[in-house]
Amino acid sequence: MVKVTIDDKTIEVEAGTTILNAARQIGGEVVPPAMCYYSKLTGSGGKCRTCLVEVSQGSEKDPRPMPKLVASCSTQVMDGMVVKNKTSQRVKENRDGVVEFLLINHPLDCPICDQAGECHLQDLSFENGSQKTRFEEEKRTYEPIDIGDKIKLHMNRCILCYRCVHVANQLTNQRVHGILHRGEHAEISTYIEKAVDNDFSGNMIDVCPVGALTDKTFRFKSRVWFLKPMDASCECSKCSGKAVVWMFGNEIYRVTARKDQYGEVEDIDGKTAWICNECRYDKKDLKNWTIEGPRKINRHSVISTNHYTEGKVEPKKLNS
Amino acid sequence: MGRRILLEHDNVSGIETYEVYRKQGGYRSVEKAIKKMSPEQVVEEVQKSGLRGRGGAGFPTGMKWSFIAKPEGVPRYLLCNADESEPGTFKDRYLMEKIPHLLIEGMIVSSYALGCNQSYIYIRGEYMWILDILEKAIAEAYANGWLGKNILGSGFNLDLSVAPGGGAYICGEETALIESLEGKRGNPRIKPPFPAVKGLWGCPTVVNNVESIAAVVPIVNDGGEEYAKIGLGKSTGTKLISASGNLVRPGVYEIEMGITVEEFIYGDEWCRGIANGKKLKACVPGGSSVPILPHYLVCKTATGEDRLMTYESLADGGFASGSMLGSGGFIVFDEDQCVVRNTWNFARFYAHESCGQCSPCREGTGWMEKVLNRLEHGQGNMRDIDLLAEINKKIEGNTICPLGDAAAWPVAAAIRHFREEFEWHVNDRETSQKRNYGLVKEPSPIK
Ligand SMILES: Cc1cc2nc3c(=O)[nH]c(=O)nc-3n(C[C@H](O)[C@H](O)[C@H](O)COP(=O)(O)O)c2cc1C
Ligand code: SF4
Ligand code: FES
Repeated sequence: MVKVTIDDKTIEVEAGTTILNAARQIGGEVVPPAMCYYSKLTGSGGKCRTCLVEVSQGSEKDPRPMPKLVASCSTQVMDGMVVKNKTSQRVKENRDGVVEFLLINHPLDCPICDQAGECHLQDLSFENGSQKTRFEEEKRTYEPIDIGDKIKLHMNRCILCYRCVHVANQLTNQRVHGILHRGEHAEISTYIEKAVDNDFSGNMIDVCPVGALTDKTFRFKSRVWFLKPMDASCECSKCSGKAVVWMFGNEIYRVTARKDQYGEVEDIDGKTAWICNECRYDKKDLKNWTIEGPRKINRHSVISTNHYTEGKVEPKKLNS
Repeated sequence: MGRRILLEHDNVSGIETYEVYRKQGGYRSVEKAIKKMSPEQVVEEVQKSGLRGRGGAGFPTGMKWSFIAKPEGVPRYLLCNADESEPGTFKDRYLMEKIPHLLIEGMIVSSYALGCNQSYIYIRGEYMWILDILEKAIAEAYANGWLGKNILGSGFNLDLSVAPGGGAYICGEETALIESLEGKRGNPRIKPPFPAVKGLWGCPTVVNNVESIAAVVPIVNDGGEEYAKIGLGKSTGTKLISASGNLVRPGVYEIEMGITVEEFIYGDEWCRGIANGKKLKACVPGGSSVPILPHYLVCKTATGEDRLMTYESLADGGFASGSMLGSGGFIVFDEDQCVVRNTWNFARFYAHESCGQCSPCREGTGWMEKVLNRLEHGQGNMRDIDLLAEINKKIEGNTICPLGDAAAWPVAAAIRHFREEFEWHVNDRETSQKRNYGLVKEPSPIK
């Protein structure tokens, strides 16, 4: 076990733990935002740079600070390491910078984006974004394309976190889903119009932190905050059958995996509960599911507004 | 006279063939190393020589070699980085074209030192004809028993192959090179783990520049201590400099480290001054990614000392008034050159070559390029100049690999030293558009 202090909170973690995961063990404010790291996807992380932190003491043995900010998702803790996240002005400035970079070419089309309300980039911009843009150039744009018959790709919104690429790599060893081109022109694509043909390909939608990959069976049906997320389960031969059904009245509008506070698919009985495409796209009837109860949603999320209120809410009369 | 060690025989006709190369004393270092030295002794000689990596970063080669992990039963790899794509750098090309056997000899000795049985030369895709030269030389080396099984009856086996890249600058970054060699997209890896622990196919790997590997040959032949006597202080040995720009005699030169920059630019033996009787305006001494120096900081440091062609002297003054030796891509600008245009040109290169994995570099390089493009073409504003400096700060140090820094530094330095010229592009758009060159006020201090 090694001891690490993050924003003045000290915890003992197993050797080899990353700073980010140590912070998650402490929880709360000290946890850096992570747009590309996804604990359930091997090889993820290190790319978006939103999780940058300052290491003000390298370790007990070598107390020198690290000269550069480091990506907390891919830097392991050392015994006696002291890390600054929220308490570092340098981190704040540089994270603001990263968020600015992520937004300069982003279309900011939240009003017409299905991800609004559960978008990590939205949350991040709220914390670290600026009101005004300094980007006066033309934004790069792409036409939306289909990735198979159930997934829509809006490359304009993509932040190139590579999470979907990792999902694809985990599902199949044929390299059919990846990145084309370089630099600014890099884009997610499938190999010559092919799409990952796998029962679990829909999980790409769940790992996407923004509205770049959306579920075509749900697109434009409803704002997520008008829906009630319910934990539900079903008998499924392919997956755990444990999902969240998003309901409007008695209708199921969409099905997703169960995600934790970091937006990652939860472990159930020691296994990551990815859901299969059948559960996600085809089981839209209440008869398919046993409702377990309301899904707990962070009360600060817009999704938890309007929900679970007793009785009927009367609309306010104007000018009364 | 300058000392020529690597290019000693570059003018001997037929030196690219095995027979002539061998007659000039080629492959002696392999005989010496394999017959008389243990691998550890070779590493020791390289450490004693003080050789620093010639690929740009200047990391001590002997130290790098001593870091390689040696787990039982796991192969180790030596990769030669011949991706040479930095604008202004073309020295490896000259060496490989002229004396391919020198690189191969170096690869054999270095592989022996590191205990590698398979080594690769990763060459940039645009050097296709050099690939042929190298392959021919390798075939000759095999035919004469310098490669293959049981070399010189010692039991040491080595296979050497050349692998071409697809023409991406980023594949010169060592971990991107490894990815590319594995047949994947050339994205730099997130470090740690470092290649010395987990490199090619997950095995311990050393990546070295062509010139670093070639320098191992004289080090083994004459001993590390002898090599360390050449050069100045911690800049031991000779360095290949590829000089380009407005020079009377641009080209590839081997210099002994420690000669003055002034001598290199104006000396008869070297570049012979600025072409067409013009004056020196600025110099980028180490390839496009190092800070540009204005004329008054080229031959003298900020404290008035002579600027020397060494790692230390070129870096004297830090980023405020110094630069770096880098890869030895020495680019000289005369009074007619526009710094804004040149900065934009470099920025365009980096935006084009960014791999696009990490957000600061992907978005930042593209943004800088667009702003510089506007400035250069008379559509900039004063606030753009400060914006550039701001973008710079947000890229620098925050990226996965040093390409981000390499893109940020030249822009930062250009604004630091030539702010007037940027402002001129805003204030007097018309003239700055008509004259396709920059703003010179001070004459060059010498000549
Ligand atoms: C973007 C980028 C491009 C690079 N290109 C080259 C190159 O073309 N040739 C080279 O030798 N080193 C290049 N390097 C440096 C290598 O990563 C590595 O440090 C070097 O090959 C090590 O060799 P050395 O220790 O012998 O210098 C590059 C680095 C970066 C970040
Ligand atoms: S700094 Fe640029 S080139 Fe290097 S990993 Fe990041 S995006 Fe790729
Ligand atoms: S979460 Fe660490 S770099 Fe993206």
